Amino acid sequence: MFEVLFEQTADGQRYIDWLLSGLGWTLALAFFGWWIAFGVGVVVGIGRTVQNRIFAALARLYVEIFRNIPVLVQMFLWYFVLPEVLPSSFGNAIKQIPPPWGSFFPALLCLGLYTAARIAEQVRAGIEALPRGQTEAANALGLGGYLTYRHVILPQALRVIVPSLTSEVMGVYKNTSVALTIGLMELTAQARQISEATFQTFTAFGAATLIYLALALIAYQSMMLIDKAVHIPGTTPVKDMTGQELTEEVQQAGTLPDAVEIVK
Amino acid sequence: MNNLDFSIILQAWPYLWSGLLFSLALTAAAFLIGMVLGTCFALVQHFTIPVVSQIVRGYIALIRSIPLILVLFWFFFLVPIVLGHLSGNGRPIPIGATYTAFITFGLFEAAYYSEIIRVGLRAVNKGQFEASQALALSTFDAYRNVIMPQVIRVASPIILSQTIILFQDTSLVYVLSLTDLVGAASKLAQLNGRLVEMYLAVAAVYLVISSAASQFVGLLRKRYAFTGAHR
Repeated sequence: MFEVLFEQTADGQRYIDWLLSGLGWTLALAFFGWWIAFGVGVVVGIGRTVQNRIFAALARLYVEIFRNIPVLVQMFLWYFVLPEVLPSSFGNAIKQIPPPWGSFFPALLCLGLYTAARIAEQVRAGIEALPRGQTEAANALGLGGYLTYRHVILPQALRVIVPSLTSEVMGVYKNTSVALTIGLMELTAQARQISEATFQTFTAFGAATLIYLALALIAYQSMMLIDKAVHIPGTTPVKDMTGQELTEEVQQAGTLPDAVEIVK
Repeated sequence: MNNLDFSIILQAWPYLWSGLLFSLALTAAAFLIGMVLGTCFALVQHFTIPVVSQIVRGYIALIRSIPLILVLFWFFFLVPIVLGHLSGNGRPIPIGATYTAFITFGLFEAAYYSEIIRVGLRAVNKGQFEASQALALSTFDAYRNVIMPQVIRVASPIILSQTIILFQDTSLVYVLSLTDLVGAASKLAQLNGRLVEMYLAVAAVYLVISSAASQFVGLLRKRYAFTGAHR
C-alpha cells in the first residue's frame, strides 16, 4: 500500500522525504511551541491567583483574549495583520523573512501563546486545589510572596496538574496542522500535497494518520511516565485524563458524588 | 502604520453576517448530531456491548489523536466514495464541501461529547439505578427517566464549554474554501485588500460571542453548585 511513498517526485526526492520533512516541521513547532506555552502559561496562571489587582486583571484579560479567538484567526492575526500594524520599517523586515521561517515564527508564536492561555487555567486550577494551609504555613514560616510560590505552591501545583496537561500536549501537536493555512508545509500539508501529486489519497492520508497516532501514543506515554515520576505520594492516582478533567470540573460544581479528591 | 478604515466593515457586514450565520448553523448541526451519536457511543461503552464497544473505543481514540484539519480532508475524500458504495452503483457521489463539513463536524464532535457523557454516566450514583430497579422500572425506562436526566444535568457545563470550542473550531472549514465567518472575511479581503480590518473584525466577533457564552456557562456552573449541593 505504501510503495508509492518511495517513488521519485518531480524534484528528485522521494514522497517519503516530503512526509518526513513535514514531520520535522510539525515536531519543531510542537516542541518549541510547548515550551513557550508552558513558560507563559505558568506565569499567567500564577497571575490569576495573586492578590495584586493589576497583575490579576492582566492575567484574566490574557486568558479571555487568547482562549476566545479561534486558533486559525489568531494564526492570521500574527501572520497577516501584525506586520501591517507595526511601524512600516519593522513590518517590512518581518515580511522579508525567507519562506519556511516566515510562516514558522508566526505559527510558533501563535501556538505558544494560544496554548499558554489554556495551560494558565490548568495552573490556576492546580494552585486553587491546594489547601489554604500551605500558604498560611509558608507565611507563618516568614516566607514572602515570591518564596512561597517558588518553594511551596508551585512545586505542588505543577505536580498535581501533570495528568491534565496531557491533553494540552496533545492539543499543541494537533493544532500544529493549522499552520498549513499560512503556508507552512507541515505533516498534514505534505500529505495533501502527496495526495494531489500521486492521486493516492488513501496512502498519503493513511501515512500521515499513522504518524499522528504514533505521536499521540508517545505523548500520552511520556506524560504518564512524568506523572509517575513526579507524583505526590498519598494523592489519588489518576488513570483517565478526560475523566480527571471532568471530575475536577464537576467537583467544582459540587454535583458529583464520590468525586476524586485531588489532595488529601 | 497604515491608516485603518473600519467603515469598510460596515459595507462588508451583510456578507460577514451570512458567514457568521453559516458558522452558527454548522455549530448547531454538529452539536445535535454530536450529542445524539455521542450519547449512543457512551451508552455502548457503558454497557460494554461486545465488538461494538471496542470499535467505538477505537474510533474515539483515533479521532482524538489526529488533527481536525486532517479529519476534514479524510471526510472530504471518503464521504463521496462511501455514499457511492451505499447507493449501489459504486461511483463516488460528490456532495460538496458544505454537506461534508456538516457530516465531519457531527462525527468528530460525537467522539468528544461521548467522552463527556461517559464520565457523566460514571458519576451518577449506583444507588439511582438500584432504586429504579426496586421500583420495577425496565432498564430502558431507568436510563430514559432517571439516569440520563442526571447525567445531562451534571455534564451540562462541560458540554456547553465543549460547544464553545466547537464554535471556534468551525472556523477550520476555511481549508475547504467554505464561506463561514473567516471564509467570508478572507474572500472580501482578497477583493478589497483590507485584510487588517477584516481579520481584526472577525477576531472581535469571535471574542465577543465566545466570552459572552463562557460567562453564561460560568453563571450556570455557579447555580448548579448551589442546587446540586444536596446529593
